[in-house]
Amino acid sequence: MSAAPRAGLPERFAVSAARRRRDWIARNLIVLGTVIALVPLVLILYYIVRKGLGAWSATFFTTDPTGNTFFKSESIGGIKSAILGTIEIVALASAIAIPVGVGVAVWLVEYGGDSWFARAVRFFVDVLTGVPSIVFGLFIYIALVTGTGSSYAAYKGSFALALLMLPVVTRSAEVILAQVPDGLRESALALGAPRWRVIFGVVLPTALPGLVTGVLLAVARAAGETAPLLFTAATTLKTSFGLGGFMNSLPVQIYRDVTSPTTAVVNRAWGTALALVTMILLLNLIARLVARRSRLA
Amino acid sequence: MEPESRLQSERLQQPDGSPGPTGTVDGSALPAETSTEAIGSKQGLSVALRGLRAFYGDSEQVRGVDLDFRANEVTAIIGPSGCGKSTMIRCINRMHEEIPGARAAGEVLLDEMNVYDPSVDVVAVRRAIGMVFQKPNPFPTMSVFDNVAAGLRLGGIRSGGSKVELRAKVESALRSAGLWDEVRERLQEPGSGLSGGQQQRLCIARSLAVKPEVVLMDEPCSALDPIATLRIEELIEELKRRVTIVIVTHNMQQAARIADRTAFLLGGELVEVGPTQQIFTNPSDPRTEEYVTGKFG
Repeated sequence: MSAAPRAGLPERFAVSAARRRRDWIARNLIVLGTVIALVPLVLILYYIVRKGLGAWSATFFTTDPTGNTFFKSESIGGIKSAILGTIEIVALASAIAIPVGVGVAVWLVEYGGDSWFARAVRFFVDVLTGVPSIVFGLFIYIALVTGTGSSYAAYKGSFALALLMLPVVTRSAEVILAQVPDGLRESALALGAPRWRVIFGVVLPTALPGLVTGVLLAVARAAGETAPLLFTAATTLKTSFGLGGFMNSLPVQIYRDVTSPTTAVVNRAWGTALALVTMILLLNLIARLVARRSRLA
Repeated sequence: MEPESRLQSERLQQPDGSPGPTGTVDGSALPAETSTEAIGSKQGLSVALRGLRAFYGDSEQVRGVDLDFRANEVTAIIGPSGCGKSTMIRCINRMHEEIPGARAAGEVLLDEMNVYDPSVDVVAVRRAIGMVFQKPNPFPTMSVFDNVAAGLRLGGIRSGGSKVELRAKVESALRSAGLWDEVRERLQEPGSGLSGGQQQRLCIARSLAVKPEVVLMDEPCSALDPIATLRIEELIEELKRRVTIVIVTHNMQQAARIADRTAFLLGGELVEVGPTQQIFTNPSDPRTEEYVTGKFG
């Protein structure tokens, strides 16, 4: 803060006491608001770490859940199948949602412009962003599970997650692509590059760090969703690599464990939650590293 | 096509591989070509506008201009802001039509071939007629080397042959832009790390690398300091031996210094064109005189 008013300073140049007071109040209100916003975040992290770390053990990540919930003498098992299941399901969902989402964004920015069709696409993408995740799960459940008379399968869970990711990827990619300066497109076109080469050679590489950030945020969101997986990929205990069969996943494991009457199993839910949060944190860190390594200012 | 036409229309219709007039486009005659004279091996082409009109939506910005740009001369376009200078030169390499809602009518003759002819490949037109923009805009994800090579790579020409040939072409273009000695040690550094003046010469090198016959410059010095401006002006002097140059400028001293001929545009119409000396000292139209003596604009 500024020093006390200097002697001999002409009055019209001196900061008035009332203004000083208002400044002090406004600054402290902002600080207070920030603190209030941070409280739940810190509390959540604190509880997850404190309760979750207790559940972590050497075998926590290397064994499947056993399904045992009442015999204290026997192990309840770890979360290996859930970790691998989440990675597999989210990887397939990403493989579907990222190319389609980025493709839609490229079309919107490079070709769609302000046409009525582009505006309609934007509108529906926005609507999709706001759809609750359980609705995507229900849709896949009706379309691919009961609709086909077949059973749950991991790939059906991936489809549900892909639907969930699609609008997020599209919207974030569209914003990033629109930020690529038009001058770069013009320069490339003026060099005699066909439009598709301008897109692949200049626009997408320039936007890459932003695209990666947006995509990883969508991946992180999908990795934490329970509802779309509950009645699409279903629940199982064993580690599975078949996308056509049942598959376990971290959010579903948390959901199942937390409703258990057995304390040890509830504690495993905390450990699983910590594992999930750590995975998402790692994804975000990678996103930041990618953004920093790029040459884009 | 007239028999004496130096332009090989075949090249303009088959951008993907047919050799240009000097046989250098596919790299067949290359590696020895490292000297400054390399690009000088080709002469510029004349450009003629015939009844050229340009529109943004319903608003007509260029209203029927007939104007000749002689081969291997520098022609400056002067006129107050909004008179259609930039729009007019963007019609020459068909960049105008890239703006949504923009269109052009009339003819632009590149050595007697109308570039608006429906059978002409727009990509080939832009390879023959390069463009340098107001703001230096090297591709931010690319190194100095890759920036210069960008036109060759993005243009679908198979990387101009071997790595050695590509290197030779890049060096030749950088020498022609007077930048080689300044960047020869930093070819792998990002192009955006150069100074403003160097970036603009990098952009000139980038457009020279695809060996155009005409180079359009849209206020290339308006973002540069006086010393960098001087370097570009010297470069233009040098380049006109190899290519035809059309330069839009707000700076009348600049036009007087570098242009062989000067055209004065007002309200989308050509008021007067003639030898630069005459336009500035003895114009035939009173509006030109008012403008060059600073009475308006």
